[in-house]
Amino acid sequence: MGMIRYTADHEWLDDSGDDVAVGITAHATEELGDIVFIELPEVGAELTTGDEAAVIESTKAASGIAAPFDGVVTAVNDELAESPEKVNEDPTGSWFFRIRPADPGALDSLLDEAAYQALIG
Amino acid sequence: MQTTALHALHQELGGKLVDFAGWELPVQFSGGIAEHHHTRTAASLFDVSHMGQVLVRPTSGQVADAATALETLIPASIVGLAPWRQRYGLFTSADGGVLDDLMIANHSTHFFLVVNAARTEHDLAHLRSLGEVEVEHVADRSLLALQGPRAGGALTQLIPEATGLVFMDSVKLSWDGTEVWVSRSGYTGEDGFEISLPNERAEEFARRLLDIDGVAPAGLGARDSLRLEAGMPLYGHDLTEDINPVEAGLAFAIPKVRRSGGSRAGGFPGADVILPLLDTGTPRERVGLRAEGRAPVRDRAPLFASAESDEQIAVVTSGGFGPSVGGPIAMAMLPRGTAGTVYAEVRGKRLPLSVTDLPFIPHQYKR
Repeated sequence: MGMIRYTADHEWLDDSGDDVAVGITAHATEELGDIVFIELPEVGAELTTGDEAAVIESTKAASGIAAPFDGVVTAVNDELAESPEKVNEDPTGSWFFRIRPADPGALDSLLDEAAYQALIG
Repeated sequence: MQTTALHALHQELGGKLVDFAGWELPVQFSGGIAEHHHTRTAASLFDVSHMGQVLVRPTSGQVADAATALETLIPASIVGLAPWRQRYGLFTSADGGVLDDLMIANHSTHFFLVVNAARTEHDLAHLRSLGEVEVEHVADRSLLALQGPRAGGALTQLIPEATGLVFMDSVKLSWDGTEVWVSRSGYTGEDGFEISLPNERAEEFARRLLDIDGVAPAGLGARDSLRLEAGMPLYGHDLTEDINPVEAGLAFAIPKVRRSGGSRAGGFPGADVILPLLDTGTPRERVGLRAEGRAPVRDRAPLFASAESDEQIAVVTSGGFGPSVGGPIAMAMLPRGTAGTVYAEVRGKRLPLSVTDLPFIPHQYKR
């Protein structure tokens, strides 16, 4: 427990709490540029792997955060909806939502720090 | 992909390089919003060398002949363009649409044109259809844009003569023994200059400008948000072959002398379509849209008259975040007289937008 995992879509996942906090990596924010709008999921939403869980609009384009696994949204970070630029300022400190995985071992198949660093080169 | 003379400098400065019409150019350095604000408050240096620089010379040697020839493709007054002055113009199609927008400068013995990067090859062929002129594509010169309230103070440190220029002057000056073509213009709504100079000296010149307090590099991302706030159309988005100059809000680019009753009325492609529209008005017009929420509304988003209506009234032609406005802004071609609130469909939701006049941010030209 407590290890940060990553998806190939540049999301980070922290399972050190009761459920899993999801954010995007510094690499992702560099690619996106200035973030100006974030649409968060609703608490209680039941997501299936790959569902669009949140939308991030940068000055350049819109992109989504896909649900990394099946689960239920347990909390959202309303502060980001008010101040989306916080994600640029502190990507690893800015969680978007928390999700309770349907399968407790859901994170095991995701990338660890070394594998993610290898991915982004 | 093609690169400009400043490519190595862009990389050195940490520019994020992307494809602009086949050219690898920086979309941003420190960040698009920061660069946008810097342009409105200080001065930013943009590399716009991807744009087409074209010289049009009269085969007769008489510059008036080149002016007359250009007027057969462009509904501007080029015959009436004084030496060392520049004008905004349009290449029109036979159907009354727009083939490109451009700047035309009278360089005394010939004309200097700046056209859009993606349209350069088209425009060269179009100009070469004229019999009375020689058309030269200038590939050995870079084009830099220095934009913002501190642009004048900065440029005059390198070229003192630039201080006397007013908006739309376009002259030849000397910098450190090199001939530079300087116009007081740009596409940001701010005071500023566009400077054409030989490729081999472009990087040195850029470095000298960037050494000046208040000058910072900016990418084409900021240039786009600046021109959007300034209410300026972008070719391929707000201006196409399917949009005529009158509905695009560009009637100012067609002076009285080229309109019905003028001494050189018509004589350009599509005149029979465009000139009557100047009198009757057009069914639709280019307007500004300001989002009430925070979600950006982007190009191609469909627009509706109400939150429930199934009938689409238009699409967004340019849209994004306006840093100086402090929220999402867009432009669209709406039915004439549309006022109040319209709705854009974004990800299945109807977002309200208020119809506003353009520009969003007043122009700051030095006239």
